[in-house]
Amino acid sequence: MSKSIPVKQTATGDQNPRIGVYVCHCGLNIAQSVDCAHVAQTVEQEDGVVVSKDIVYACSEPGQQQIKQDILDNDIDRVVIASCSPRLHEPTFKKMVESVGVNPYMMDMANLREQCSWVHMHEREEATLKAETLVHMSIARVRQLEPLIEDTLPLTAKTLVIGGGVAGIQAALDLADSGYDVTLVEKSPSIGGVMAQIDKTFPTMDCSI
Amino acid sequence: MTDVGRHPRIQLLTLSEVVDVKGYVGNFKVKIIKKARYVDETSCTACGDCANVCPVVRPDEFNIGLGSRKAIFSPFPQAVPSAFLINSKECLGHNPAVCSKCVEVCAKKCINFHMSDEEIIEEVGTIIVATGLTPYDPTELDEYGYTRFDNVLTSLEFERLVNASGPTKGNLIRPTDRKHPKSVGFIQCVGSRSARKGGLYCSNICCMNTIKSTFIIKEHYPDVEVKVFYIDIRAFGKGFEDLYSRSRRMGAQYIRGLPGSVEETDDRSLRVAVENAATGKLEFHELDMLVLAQGMKPAPSTQRLQEIMGLQLTPDGFYLEAHPKLQPVDAATRGIFFAGCAEGPKDIKESVTQASAAAMRAIRLMCKGEITTEPITSVIITEKCKACGKCSEVCPYNAITVEVKNKKPAVVNSAACSGCGTCSAECRFDAISMNHFTDAQIMGQVDSMLETAPETKILAFACTWCSYAGADYAGVSRLQYPPNVHLIRVMCSGRVDEKFIWDGFRKGAPVVLVSGCHIGDCHYIDANHWTEKRVARIHKKMEKIGLRPERLQLEWISAAEGIRFAETMKRMEKIRQTITAEEIAETQNILSKL
Repeated sequence: MSKSIPVKQTATGDQNPRIGVYVCHCGLNIAQSVDCAHVAQTVEQEDGVVVSKDIVYACSEPGQQQIKQDILDNDIDRVVIASCSPRLHEPTFKKMVESVGVNPYMMDMANLREQCSWVHMHEREEATLKAETLVHMSIARVRQLEPLIEDTLPLTAKTLVIGGGVAGIQAALDLADSGYDVTLVEKSPSIGGVMAQIDKTFPTMDCSI
Repeated sequence: MTDVGRHPRIQLLTLSEVVDVKGYVGNFKVKIIKKARYVDETSCTACGDCANVCPVVRPDEFNIGLGSRKAIFSPFPQAVPSAFLINSKECLGHNPAVCSKCVEVCAKKCINFHMSDEEIIEEVGTIIVATGLTPYDPTELDEYGYTRFDNVLTSLEFERLVNASGPTKGNLIRPTDRKHPKSVGFIQCVGSRSARKGGLYCSNICCMNTIKSTFIIKEHYPDVEVKVFYIDIRAFGKGFEDLYSRSRRMGAQYIRGLPGSVEETDDRSLRVAVENAATGKLEFHELDMLVLAQGMKPAPSTQRLQEIMGLQLTPDGFYLEAHPKLQPVDAATRGIFFAGCAEGPKDIKESVTQASAAAMRAIRLMCKGEITTEPITSVIITEKCKACGKCSEVCPYNAITVEVKNKKPAVVNSAACSGCGTCSAECRFDAISMNHFTDAQIMGQVDSMLETAPETKILAFACTWCSYAGADYAGVSRLQYPPNVHLIRVMCSGRVDEKFIWDGFRKGAPVVLVSGCHIGDCHYIDANHWTEKRVARIHKKMEKIGLRPERLQLEWISAAEGIRFAETMKRMEKIRQTITAEEIAETQNILSKL
């Protein structure tokens, strides 16, 4: 599936952005303290927003399908996902938008779970208000986003393993057996670590070395 | 172990330490110091002739001092590399050569007193940190008498005592009289699960290690009385419960309650006082030997390596993974992975599993032969650049070159640029744009946040690596804080431009917080030094124009400090409550005139 989305690149952002906003319930993780449907409704009228919906699980397969279909149907060129922390699912949603021809850097996430519903669990009204502001901020941000292209660099196909205990040994062997060069650095005069000091090991009572 | 020594693809560097790591994923440059061994490890056959003639006898570290070794020694029989080494501090012959008996007997001529430390530079694409653990030292728990009574041992000392390759060849004897003990006690959770001393966490292996020890004792000496003093027995793994019930069936007694005190009797046995939680009574147990099930602490090198590589630690001192469930072996820094107890206490099986996972993650990165880089880099707007050279001064990666004398505008090496954005924030001519974190994008967020009821809101900037992650951690821990805090994520606190802050105040923000990694922990080497300087500069300006400097706060919050994040937010709200509508209006008035 390839579709070229015309993205005008100007210093002040696109003049006619077409924004899709998705407010995720994350089951009850977000929805129990944030009125997601209300948030989606509130931001619907904002400049450039062509679709604004609440969605039970944005990251799930049906959730992603729906967003992708909306992008195609409505010529959406930038997306706001209001769900969990971008530290968790940013790669997921970047891939999702990319698969329907939207540059992955034209997507922004509003953190409604780790930084809203979970930390204001007993203040539904205030949490909903904050969620609205966070989504509003995210919309302001995506208006200004510009497409970016990832670069590739050469790499050294070699691994440094620091520590020659049982973990370092196993990692070094797995890498080396897979055809990668390994430098194993051990502080003491022999590898083996604490494991080498142990004779029988639980639960099978066999030897460790 | 021997497979490692033989493997053609593994370069093994023992007696070596990593002292510096530079570069980025795919292209790390590592400096390693390899200490002199004074024995050529490629020609040494470990025949032991040298050790036989060596006159210096020292306690053997491998047997935790329960045995002895010479100044020239092999750490243990199965050591890899299978070569002797000299402890130069103990050797008599090193300088001046007064002994050199070992040199005379070595047929292969592999002893060389003139060997010196080597500096090795390695270029690698990925790094696996498997620095392991250090056993908890129970000295501070004086009630158990570890330093006062010779028959109180740690679990690792006990292990060497019953180990077939140990100093007694596995023969269980008491250190004081070398007789078989008739009774052995074990105290659990030594240095673990304690708010007082040691660590708050469970060390994971001690219960099963003790159960294993009771099993070994009962197997070899069925008549020995075995008593285990515990809080809970955690036998959760595959096959663990079975071993536990077998140990009970073999006659090991499990007594719920940790001893309050240990005293030595006349025959150097130990009298243990314990409140048995099952009966609620104070009991006294006489035992010939007592074993302290010591917990795990992070390896001593953990903090040093953390600083060198810009990694993060949990409050317990172990390395912090990028995500506790979905990226359990990844560091937050791309291309660095954790394996084994470096990341937290675990047993051999779990260490091996995690090590294979870490190897897999490293292969996944390297298998394509090239690495994709984030286009989040800085871009020079040449027509605005005055070639002042400030950007090149502040760049932690020396990625910007400016010919100040020839007034040639700045040039960014985007492969070296890591995207902290400090240059963009420090440029006085707005001549540097930061991809994906442009002025327009960030100011758009600030302005939209403060569009309605700005006086009720707190504006906070957080770096993605530490403070934003700390906020996420507060969320995962369900720590509640005032709902008027709104975070704007930047890659580094170094990106927070002065104008974002003034813009915030101009739009009516009562309080602005800038937060980032602790000094020394910055993901961009030392970019947060510039944050600190910048905030100090703004504070001075605020004072000069009549704004209360308290309204701009700077706080370092790490990814593991969820509690600190929540507490900081509560403090911000307290400050906000001291700011009246009049004060905000006055601020806006002052700033509009500038």
